[in-house]
Amino acid sequence: MAHKIGKQTVIIDGAVGVLASAAVGSKKEGEGPLSADFDIINEDSRFGEKTWEKAESKMQRLAANSALEKCGRALSEVDFVFAGDLLNQCIASGYGARGAGVPFIGLYGACSTYAEASALGAVFADGPAKLCLAVASSHFCSAERQYRFPLEYGGQRPPSAQWTATAAGAAVIAKEGNAPFIKAVTFGTVEDLGINDQNNMGAAMAPAACATLSQFFRDTYSSPEDYDLILTGDLGFVGTSLLRDLMEKEGFVLGENYNDCGLLIYDRCRQQMEAGASGCGCSAAVASGHVLPRIKSGELKNVLLVSTGALMSPTSIQQGETIPGVAHLVCYSSQKGGIF
Amino acid sequence: MPVSPNEYKKMGDSAVPPTKEWRNLCGAFLIGGAICALGQLLLNIYKCAGLGTPAASTLCSVSLIFLSAVLTALGIYDNIAKFGGGGTLVPITGFANAVVSPAMEFKTEGWVLGVGVKMFTIAGPVIVYGLSAGVVYGIIYWLLNMVLK
Amino acid sequence: MEYLKAFAVGGIICLIGQLLIDRTKLTPARILVGFVVAGVILSAFGLYQPIVDFAGAGATVPLSGFGHLIAKGVRSAVAEDGLIGALSGGLCASAAGITASVFFGLIAALLFNPKDK
Repeated sequence: MAHKIGKQTVIIDGAVGVLASAAVGSKKEGEGPLSADFDIINEDSRFGEKTWEKAESKMQRLAANSALEKCGRALSEVDFVFAGDLLNQCIASGYGARGAGVPFIGLYGACSTYAEASALGAVFADGPAKLCLAVASSHFCSAERQYRFPLEYGGQRPPSAQWTATAAGAAVIAKEGNAPFIKAVTFGTVEDLGINDQNNMGAAMAPAACATLSQFFRDTYSSPEDYDLILTGDLGFVGTSLLRDLMEKEGFVLGENYNDCGLLIYDRCRQQMEAGASGCGCSAAVASGHVLPRIKSGELKNVLLVSTGALMSPTSIQQGETIPGVAHLVCYSSQKGGIF
Repeated sequence: MPVSPNEYKKMGDSAVPPTKEWRNLCGAFLIGGAICALGQLLLNIYKCAGLGTPAASTLCSVSLIFLSAVLTALGIYDNIAKFGGGGTLVPITGFANAVVSPAMEFKTEGWVLGVGVKMFTIAGPVIVYGLSAGVVYGIIYWLLNMVLK
Repeated sequence: MEYLKAFAVGGIICLIGQLLIDRTKLTPARILVGFVVAGVILSAFGLYQPIVDFAGAGATVPLSGFGHLIAKGVRSAVAEDGLIGALSGGLCASAAGITASVFFGLIAALLFNPKDK
């Protein structure tokens, strides 16, 4: 059974592993450097639907079905679905799970949702459940109309702005699983260092990533060198450099093994992405499509995924509030045995 | 947290890459200037056609608004704006873009509560405060006329 | 020459807008509101008409010209109809621009969908 150690970390005792994972993307993601890692790239970002919201729900279903298909499991075998997205009232997930007939646990962790869902899925799979499904998505067009401007509105994006990825990722997490195994998860605290610029999400979320990551190292008595890859969700260019500084002040030096999903999914210069990518779908797709298969193949051994989310809304921004962030961590390993 | 909000703000400011200010200023000047020069051309054409100054001026604005609506509908205006910035925001064409783009975007939420309401999300405040400033000025102007007579 | 003046003055007014975008955190809606209200105020003090006389469309096409139009409308309506003109003048003068934007917006929504970015 999963048990808590230290302040915030839950150790997964059983052989909980990700049976299969899948990533879905659209045109821009297909033009990016990770295009070969996506299971489904649909050039039409409406995915044949009438609204962007419906398109996002469809992406979630595509990702989930594709992941289940890969490991030969049926939707009916799934005990619990953990899913989330960026839209108000989490409609992409709710409508995505409509008619699935599987217990649905809707999550809102902003862009940290994929790690949040995977972490909860792993804890459940080490306890009451046999098979859990973790899904997260974001869609540039649905996010833009909710948080910023209409698509055809002419505006300039400042250099700290990040591009919401049109992507979804899903992972099938099983009690008696195979590599990648989930060894530990850390649920993050809500941190706010007073950033109020909604065009600078990386800076708003870096403190949360720092808090979760440093607490994980303290809870598990490990250090950054113990991992082949430490991957934050969507801090982008600005957030990653701030996280390095903050972690150094906490006494942990992030080396060459540190990277960010928001810097991987697009070619920042060629695709004119300013500070990089963001959105639940960013870390969901990069982890599901790019990282987890590499752990499975043994190319990577121990990996930390720290998805970061900014917990503001257009209402809180208009009311002059600063932007709090949260980060959740999942520790993957290619080995079955304990690593702590 | 290892730093205070004040220290973090300084760290944050230095981590943000600088805006391409000269490029942006040139873009704004060139595009904004070009739109105004086009306005002048239209104005002259309408005057040559025999319209009086007020009518020609109104027709000039309406023509630019029409042009902006067409470019917005075809998905071109926002691409010009990436380069133009203030040059596409400040002219009357920017106002039209601010009305037309949400009208198209929120069609999915219906013709009344989608198009009819959201049309004014960006442009509404401009009308509200422009007209209100006009009313305040009108009252002051009227009072001054009373006193000075 | 006329076109050069319109180009230069219009360009400079837009340049001010760009400085506000780059140097402040003001949202586009706030910047537009600022320009219109500034136009009303400058016109009220008689400072905007000279710019219009000099630059023509260079001063009337930017949104500050929209403010000037409102102020001018209020001025003549108050002179003609008294205090009630303060309420009617502004909207009357700016009616064509506002109505055109709204109507073309409706037509655009009828015929076109936003494109994927």
